[in-house]
Parts: sequence; C-alpha cells; structure tokens
Amino acid sequence: MAKRIDVSGLSAFYGAHKAIEDISMTIEPRSVTAFIGPSGCGKSTFLRTLNRMHEVVPGGRVEGKVMLDDEDLYGPGIDPVSVRREVGMVFQRPNPFPTMSIYDNVAAGLRLNGSYKKSELDGVVEQSLRGANLWNEVKDRLNKPGSGLSGGQQQRLCIARATAVQPKVLLMDEPCSALDPISTLAIEDLIGELKEQYTIVIVTHNMQQAARVSDRTAFFNLEAIGRPGKLIEIDETERIFSNPSVQDTEDYISGRFG
Amino acid sequence: MSTTTVLKPVSLQGARLPKWAPWGVAVTAVAVAVAAGLAFGLHSRVQWGLIAAVLFVLGTFALSAKVEGRRQAKDRVATSLVWVAFLLAVVPLLSLVWETAVRGVKVLDGYFLTHSMGVVADAEPGGGIYHAILGTAQQVGLATLIAAPVGVLTAIYLVEYGRGALARAVTFFVDVMTGIPSIVAGLFILSLMLMLDLQPFGFAGSLALAILMLPVVVRSTEEMLKLVPNELREASLALGVPRWRTILKVVLPTAVGGITTGVMLAIARIAGESAPVLLLVFGNNFINANPFEGAQASLPLYIYQQYINSAGSTAAYDRAWAAALTLIAFVMILNLVARGIARWKTPR
Repeated sequence: MAKRIDVSGLSAFYGAHKAIEDISMTIEPRSVTAFIGPSGCGKSTFLRTLNRMHEVVPGGRVEGKVMLDDEDLYGPGIDPVSVRREVGMVFQRPNPFPTMSIYDNVAAGLRLNGSYKKSELDGVVEQSLRGANLWNEVKDRLNKPGSGLSGGQQQRLCIARATAVQPKVLLMDEPCSALDPISTLAIEDLIGELKEQYTIVIVTHNMQQAARVSDRTAFFNLEAIGRPGKLIEIDETERIFSNPSVQDTEDYISGRFG
Repeated sequence: MSTTTVLKPVSLQGARLPKWAPWGVAVTAVAVAVAAGLAFGLHSRVQWGLIAAVLFVLGTFALSAKVEGRRQAKDRVATSLVWVAFLLAVVPLLSLVWETAVRGVKVLDGYFLTHSMGVVADAEPGGGIYHAILGTAQQVGLATLIAAPVGVLTAIYLVEYGRGALARAVTFFVDVMTGIPSIVAGLFILSLMLMLDLQPFGFAGSLALAILMLPVVVRSTEEMLKLVPNELREASLALGVPRWRTILKVVLPTAVGGITTGVMLAIARIAGESAPVLLLVFGNNFINANPFEGAQASLPLYIYQQYINSAGSTAAYDRAWAAALTLIAFVMILNLVARGIARWKTPR
C-alpha cells in the first residue's frame, strides 16, 4: 500500500547552515513526483529528510513536520530505523554491497533486519528482481558478485534491493545521472511500472526526464549561494512545463538561467 | 623595431640511448669501482658499492646529456637515483636474511625445533628451542587475544561513532601509545607485579605486548574502516538496517581483509620484542606450558640469553642464529598469510 506524504514548514540544517527553509507540500500516493532545480538548491537534502537520512550526516538537523499518512516522522518516539523500512531510497551512484552476491544484495534488507522466513527469501528475491526488470539478465548468475554488473544493471539491482523490503514510498536521488541513455530508458520504464504500487519521489537534473516520468513536478530554487533553498512551486507536470505560475520556473525550464 | 625570436622548426624525433644503455652504464660503473678499489687497496665492499653508485649516477647524466639533451638527462638521473636508493634499501635486508640463513641452518633441524635446552649447559652443543617457540606462541597469542578485539572495537568507535572530546582524547592517547618504548611498557607491568608481589610469568609479558600492539591495531583498522565508502553505509541505513548491524554486516566484511593484515603486522611487530619479556617472563631453560604460572622462554629472549651466556662457545652462537632464523621465518610467514588473506578477502 502506497502512502501519502504531507510536509509542512520543514527546514533542514547542516550545523548552523540552513540548507532548506519552510517547505510545505503534499506528495500523492501511487504517483511520481519530480524535484527539479539548480544545483545546491536543497532538492537532495529535502529528499533525505523524507526518510530521516538527513540526520545521518554529522550536524544534520530538521525542523518541521513530515506526515506519512497520519504519523509524524519527526514526532516523539519515532524510530528512524522503522521510518527507513517504510520509506526506501535509491542513490545517485549505484552502490551494491561489494562483499555480497546478486542474490544476497537483494536479500540484504530482509536478512539484515532479521525478519524473514528462509523459505520465502527465494520468492522475494525473484519477485524483486522481476519487478526491477533484471531477472532475465541475472537469473543464471545469482551467486556472482553484484559489482560485476554494468552500471545500469547495478542501479536496477539497487532498486530491487530497495523494493525487496516492501516500502510504502521510494525516494530516488538522481538515479540515472551515472547511466547511459539506454539504461536510463530502462529505469524510466521501471519507474512507470513501480508507481502502480509505490509513492515515488525522484530528484533529477534532466528536465525531459521529469516531463517524461512524473505526474507532478516541484521546482526548487535559492536566492543566492549560501542562502537556504526554497520550494518555488509544485503543480501538475504538464502545467509546470507549459504554463507555470511563477516566472522563475519558466525561466529555469526554458534555460534562461541556472 | 623589435627583434623577433625565430623558432627553429622542432623535430619530434630526438636521439635516444639504446634500451641497454642503463645496464651498460651500471656494469661499467661496477667494473670501474672494483678496479679502483683494488688499485687503491680499499678493503670495505661498502666503499666499492658507494663508488659504483656515484659513478652510475654521474655516468648516466653525462652520457644522456651528451646524446639526448638536458631534459632527458635529468629524467634519467632521477630514475637512476631511485634505483640506487632501492638497492641501498634492499642490500642490507638481503644480506641480513642471507647471513642469518647461512649461520642459522647449521643446527636448525627437527631435533632443535622439538626439544628444550633442559640441562644442556649454555656452552655445550645440543638442546633446542621448543620451549622458546611455545613461550613466544603463547605470549603473542594471549597478547593478540587482548589487543585485537580492544583495538578493532576502539577503531570502530573512532570511525563510526566518535565525535567531540572523547574521540579526540582517544585519538590523542593512541598516538601517545604508539610512541611508548617497549621497555617502558614492560616496566609498567613490572610495577604492577611488584605491587601484587608476583613472580615472573608468561601472561605478564602478554600484557606488556598487548600495550605495544594496541595502537598499531587501532591505527591500521581505523584507516581500513575509513576506506569503506560512505555510500555503502547509507545504502544499508536506507534499507532500515540499524546502525550496529550495518557496521557488523556491511562495513566490517568490506574491510576485513585490511583489518586482518593490520593485526598480522602488529603480531609480527611484537613477536620480536625482548625487553618486556626479559623483565616480566624472565626466561626458562625448561618447557613451561602454563603461561599463567612460572617463568617461560621466548624466541627473542632466547637469542639474547644464548649470546650473553655463550662464554665464547660456538655452540651457543649457532643456537642463537638458528633461533633468529626461526623468528624471521615466523614473521615472514605471518606477513605472507596476511597478504594472502587480504587478497582473498578484498571485494572484487
């Protein structure tokens, strides 16, 4: 079951530096939301606040509210570890565990959490790899190291690894920026399939990609270097790319700055 | 009217010395050095070697400058300096191993390795080093059992959790510990022994060796853990894996090859320590298999005592050399094992 995310008045800090300021938005379940904006505007930081990965960085701190359906992720007594089981993440660079085989990489989330039945593991691994459109390419070499795959295959392996623990939300931080166009296409097709089941949030620098895969698009910007990033607007992707309500958005999309 | 420098058309092809030129220069330099040494009656081979080295570097420069030009000559001089430095480093090492091997094999046999000195007098032939091997193995083994877990855990704390004053203090004291002379570590344990009114025993030596080993293990493990990419930690945390399991199942397996190498090298370092063993374990001509009671022997201490108590007897000298060869072999095997493990465990 996908879940809705409701963010209100969220700011994030690195030590004394405020990276993003006062962000409020709603992310709809079973849809793809894209974040676009110039480098350093806080897209990735904001993404990482959605599964409490921001605080992993020394000095990382968050103010505000992130509601996952009706639970506040930053409320008292919330365990960040359980949050991350609900909200999975795929990173910019493919990062399969180098000591583990393809099979073990996909099974890692379940194994390391210690909550699985051995008999179910095979099924989960196959299902996750099929879900990531990788099964046919790797089914004969599940015991080979995951680092032997190509970059695009590694990224799909990472997606399979993230979906194997059955999160409600999947965050993707520029998942295609290290990939060639063919692998990018494979991942974009995959995102289209995954949104049937998950709430997907994707950060991208590629505006065509945002236009292709997302239902809604949020544009972030910062006033100047060193100032916190802000959400400028969020709307239906079609509207953002054809008739945005803020001039800055139009300038950015048409390449007049940034 | 300004003068303009007219650039000559540069050919990309220049004169090059043939491939065998460095070898030719080296052989000539050695030949000249030998001739000079014989002519001037220089007895020390070290002097011959130094003359050859200087001739080699100068000859390379002169020849190359003449044929190839100055830039190439500088390049060749740098290369030949590297070679000379390499030989300067390797020659003493090889000569040490060779000397030990030649002198050590005389009495090194199965009997020597499986018998203790017992009642054999120091000046007489016979006897063996079984008791010393046993003592070294037990003392070093116990020291490793203490220092390796404590050291690895300390490094994990410093790299994965350590922030602020405590981490800085730990780092500082590890640095200080690196510089402790082995005799001071021995004296520290000796003072405890005297306070508790204890007689020398093997485990006391292990404690001093553990003190010496600890900072080496911490440092090498720290470096290895820092090499583990942060992306792997984040990938694991993002799967909802708690931090301690991330460290145990992702970080440590990735770094295990390097950590093992570090521990092995630390073992090699303490296996040759004699000062703390002399103070705390005392030495023993008989087999004592209990490290917790009574004096024990150890290989470095055995070597020292055979030399000191030899009274000029060649039998004792031969035994000391054979024990030294055994110790070097032990350390070399450990190094090779460490390299093997590192290669086998490194993620591909």
